[in-house]
Amino acid sequence: MERRKVPQDAACSTYGGHRKLVYAVDDDGHYTGVQSLGWEAESEVTRLAIEEFEALRDEAWLRAHHGLTSPLEVHMYERRMDLPLLAGASGIWRWRVRRHFNPKRFARLSPRLLRRYAEALGLDVATLKQLPPRRSSSS
Amino acid sequence: MNEFRHRQAAHCESGVVSSMLSHHGLPLSEPMAFGLASAMSFAYLPFIKIGGMPLIAYRMPPRWIIRRASKRLGVRFVSKTFRNHKRGMDALDRQLDAGQIVGLQTSVFWLPYFPDEMRFHFNAHNLIVYGREGDEYLISDPVFEEPVRCPAADLQRARFAKGALAARGLMYYPVKVPQRIDYERVIPAAIRTNEKIMARAPFPVLGVRGIRFLADNLIRTSKRSDARKRLPLYLAHIVRMQEEIGTGGAGFRFLYASFLQESAEQLDSRALAEAAEALTAAGDRWREFALAAARVSRKRSEMNIDELADLLRDCATREAEVWQLLAQWQASDRLRDGAQA
Repeated sequence: MERRKVPQDAACSTYGGHRKLVYAVDDDGHYTGVQSLGWEAESEVTRLAIEEFEALRDEAWLRAHHGLTSPLEVHMYERRMDLPLLAGASGIWRWRVRRHFNPKRFARLSPRLLRRYAEALGLDVATLKQLPPRRSSSS
Repeated sequence: MNEFRHRQAAHCESGVVSSMLSHHGLPLSEPMAFGLASAMSFAYLPFIKIGGMPLIAYRMPPRWIIRRASKRLGVRFVSKTFRNHKRGMDALDRQLDAGQIVGLQTSVFWLPYFPDEMRFHFNAHNLIVYGREGDEYLISDPVFEEPVRCPAADLQRARFAKGALAARGLMYYPVKVPQRIDYERVIPAAIRTNEKIMARAPFPVLGVRGIRFLADNLIRTSKRSDARKRLPLYLAHIVRMQEEIGTGGAGFRFLYASFLQESAEQLDSRALAEAAEALTAAGDRWREFALAAARVSRKRSEMNIDELADLLRDCATREAEVWQLLAQWQASDRLRDGAQA
């Protein structure tokens, strides 16, 4: 990549105002580090990944609202985790986590298990037990 | 506080190694740290899933750069992991108070100074702590332009996040750093190892063959019944692995090309300079692929999977040529050594 062609797509950037270092060649063909404000291709796929989590969260929120799943599943997607990730982060087997998506089972969960989930999700236990307020997808 | 100069890098692990060794009196650029560790690779690993997608790696696994670079350069690192969180933080404080700069492995997600859009669960991020002030740690995070600060509680959470690639509080610092590098010896050795990884891998999903495997897999995925839903996510996943969070562009290809160029200057070798140019051209094709794949995944252009697969195959062919050039260079090098002896 030539130095002049290093993308500077600030408008759609996902770097939050930061600049990232990439390597590119100058006019003499020498490599140097060049700071980039963002790249359209990268921003698009990053956004897609975030939106996927948001869509899963909103869909889980609706099901939780209708008593079809527990707040745990909503919090999980809110923290950009999926089932294998939450199982790994909490140290609780996947099949058990899946069972805890059952609202009745979740309501009866021992304080010890609740603490482990709260720890893994970075929440306090009271917040974990509650369904978070509904959020709009395009946040 | 330690006299420490922050340097921005493209990739966290090679950045930490380069900054740390430079701080300890062994000037080493980031591309050199990456290249001497033979860290460039390609792997398509279907049995490791990330969000339901196969792991696609453009470099060797975490910790590889630290291990390999230190072995090759004769650096000795002390590394420690901890069961007890508090003990892990105390050990860090002790080293900082003794004037040491300390490398840490952490999660990305729990570091509050990361912009929200960059926060994903990746447990093998590397950074340097160079001091503390009150409740805050002074951090040189290689992928940021400036040094940052992080409250103790957040740093503790990031160090001890559990799950895949869990750091278990890992901290490390060098205790023995040589004062010079024997480039004549280490560069050929590093390139030979990397040539083995890329061109002579024992499995079809690794190295240059792995890139072709991915191209075939893309076509297979496009014929699945759930292709409409899965294919855009799959393409996005590939591009993220290639470009997101510090690869220096084109999935480490530009970083390695920069290493080859620096090596060409060190050893005054025309062949290495040519290999650097050829790899840069391959990297440019990877960038083209990323741009096209991102557009398709966003449905902003028509799905032409065959074209995307052909782009990948072209990357594979170009990289195969680079490694052939490098293998020839090694052979002629040996011949010359033989003639001298």
